[in-house]
Amino acid sequence: MEYVQITGAVLVLMGATVLLIAAIGLLRMPDSYLRVQVGTKASTAGVALIMLGFALIVPAWFGKLFIIIVFVMMTNPVSSNVLMRAAHKSGHPMSPKTVVDHLAEDEKKS
Amino acid sequence: MSDIVLTLLFISGGIMLLAFALTFVRFVIGPTLIDRTIAFDVLTVGSLGLMGLIAVLENRQIYLDVNIIYGLLSFVAVVVVGKYVRKSL
Repeated sequence: MEYVQITGAVLVLMGATVLLIAAIGLLRMPDSYLRVQVGTKASTAGVALIMLGFALIVPAWFGKLFIIIVFVMMTNPVSSNVLMRAAHKSGHPMSPKTVVDHLAEDEKKS
Repeated sequence: MSDIVLTLLFISGGIMLLAFALTFVRFVIGPTLIDRTIAFDVLTVGSLGLMGLIAVLENRQIYLDVNIIYGLLSFVAVVVVGKYVRKSL
């Protein structure tokens, strides 16, 4: 019982560290497209790890925590994809070091 | 909960607050609307974790319901900003 709770707390600590990595990546990346990539992936994984740790600490709350995990994993990639597709459509500038833009090539082809 | 679990939870709460502070710097200095919306998304999704931490420490399940609604509102907000940027709103 005790070891299960300690494992859950370590999972929460790992999730918080992943959130910190997301914040550092948001500060360091040169471009909006790179920023949304690092921010969305890392924050989704961090929240999933944190909620899994809470489910190990308090097993009676597993249902609602599982609902939150599934909800975040469904909606977070969709919302960031909508936002960046709109930014690409409206001509948001890329970093000067960008070498390839597959979405613009596909739109030119079709 | 034992002392070890409480200590680990408080350390992770501090790390989360540090992450929010760094993300808030990007929210303030972000050059365009897109950067600010990304920082807002990361802030709201991360605060789900902090509200879950408060729920565990206070031992009240009602905060998890608040969590679900907060995530839903964050999703809707980002989609609305996307539609506004695309000039279809």
